[in-house]
Amino acid sequence: MNIPLQKIIGYVAIAAVGLAAPFVFPNYHSQMAELWLFVVFALTWDLVGGQMGYNSFGNVLFIGVGAYACVVVQVGLFYNIALYTASDGGDQTIYVFDLAQYLTGLAIGLPVAAILAGLVAIFFGSVVLGMRGHYFAICTLGLGVAAGQVAAGWEWIGAGSGMTPPNPPDNIHDLSEFYYFFSFVLAIATFATIRWLLSTRFGLALNAIRDDEDKAEAMGLPTKSIKVTAWMVAAVFLGISGGILGNIKRFIDPIDVAFAGETYGVWMVLMAILGGKGTIWGPVIGATIFQVLKEVFWTYLLGWQRVALGLMIVLIVVFFPQGILGWTREKFPQLFGHRVDRKLAREPAE
Amino acid sequence: MSIMLEVENVSKSFGGVQANKTISLTVPEGEIVGLIGPNGSGKTTLFSSIVGQHPIDEGSIRFEGEEISKLRVPQIARLGLLRTFQQTRIYGQMTCVQNMIISASVRKTGYSDLFKSQRHSEHGRAEEMLEFVGLYEKRFLRAGELSFGQQKLLEFAMALMNEPKLLMLDEPTAGINPTLINGLIDRLKRANSQFGVTLFVIEHNMRVIMNLAEHIYCLAHGELLAAGTPDQIRNNQDVVDAYLGAH
Repeated sequence: MNIPLQKIIGYVAIAAVGLAAPFVFPNYHSQMAELWLFVVFALTWDLVGGQMGYNSFGNVLFIGVGAYACVVVQVGLFYNIALYTASDGGDQTIYVFDLAQYLTGLAIGLPVAAILAGLVAIFFGSVVLGMRGHYFAICTLGLGVAAGQVAAGWEWIGAGSGMTPPNPPDNIHDLSEFYYFFSFVLAIATFATIRWLLSTRFGLALNAIRDDEDKAEAMGLPTKSIKVTAWMVAAVFLGISGGILGNIKRFIDPIDVAFAGETYGVWMVLMAILGGKGTIWGPVIGATIFQVLKEVFWTYLLGWQRVALGLMIVLIVVFFPQGILGWTREKFPQLFGHRVDRKLAREPAE
Repeated sequence: MSIMLEVENVSKSFGGVQANKTISLTVPEGEIVGLIGPNGSGKTTLFSSIVGQHPIDEGSIRFEGEEISKLRVPQIARLGLLRTFQQTRIYGQMTCVQNMIISASVRKTGYSDLFKSQRHSEHGRAEEMLEFVGLYEKRFLRAGELSFGQQKLLEFAMALMNEPKLLMLDEPTAGINPTLINGLIDRLKRANSQFGVTLFVIEHNMRVIMNLAEHIYCLAHGELLAAGTPDQIRNNQDVVDAYLGAH
């Protein structure tokens, strides 16, 4: 396969920035780790919302499932979960995790988070993906909210007072760099997976469903399985990112961290739209711009940061609905390969 | 010659409206069969019933001897029975070539084949088919940017790309300018003779259908009014009264 030189340079540049960033800006580890998670959020949202045209407002469901699944495994491998949560989410003097335990917990917890989130997507997807347009959007919104309420009422996982992931062992003080690189690798893996998916017939099938699902069905495409598969792929990556998110935040609140529809749930849609729905780079660009703006608002407009963010959402949706790459494609279609090719075809048969 | 599609006593009503009343007809393999009738006579409803878009109330529909009236739309399509739509349906934001590639037959492939990279042979065939309908130059344009007539041609090419055994066309020449129509008739005939696709065609343009079909069925008020060769239909008094009008 031939990859053009510019692309290679581009990838190398991103890798270099990603690897160097934590050493250049040592004070911003968690914000930058969050940025890479946002890239995962936006990319996975766009796979279903942008490429397939199913606008989900409930993808936080998978983040939450992942966050809880991971931490339950991390704790449950070594202690009784009910007692752990009852003691206010882990008394540091009783619930100690040494390095081996901590890493084992993560190594098993993250895959479990991925698998469980994927299964949840298959289960709910087989039901709600039968609905289209607004009905699907509202139904997923409901799923996200309901999941938060269920988690907030479930004593075993701490109910409304949430759950604390294991404290890192004493001999390791700062795990922020570790989680930064973990998030970075996850973002790259997500990007590579989605890029590959879009290069296959599966990618075209997603676009076909977006453009005209009835037609796709009439042409014999197994639309139901395709839709569920796409949502499942999104869920797997969101599940892992949920597991990481809980450990970065060091506290899982059922509604503000795990099933945070108001923040992550809305933001992931916004990031994808800002960058350009239905493009592979759009969500990446959108997530980056969004995270920088968000941090700027939080730093310089404290007290008004949510107003500023809300205003930005309105402005983007009203004046820039196609996003950065969508706008570029509209203005310069030839850059995206849409052109009239007057080159003569081979001599017509016969 | 074996019978490809057999519709037997099919009825379908929507609330109080009886759209199809005990309709029976057959489409023999390799032929071009026409379906005519006034607006609202139930032609498109019959097409939708055949491809499984809605359940029929009674009767039986057999494709190559197999009962298909209980199957779902994609299942029937995978058997090799395809339809095009009266309101043209293409994938507007994808390029013509992409429209073609995703239309390639899924009959002999499994689900995992979707995850193979797009094959070169498919590209070649996609371009050949686009050339066949005269859209080669536009192959990298987004399908939504094409004119209505060109979209209609693209939809036809997509159907051929799927290599159906039986292709049901819902008004293939509606909205196509008169000079293009002759070319289209020629292509339909070639699809039939060269690619071996059996055609079942709804058409309002009498010149087209009389030219194209070897056998014609006429519907009126949801019932089968007449059947026969183009000449028999043209001279059938019931058909003239209900549809063609006196000249």
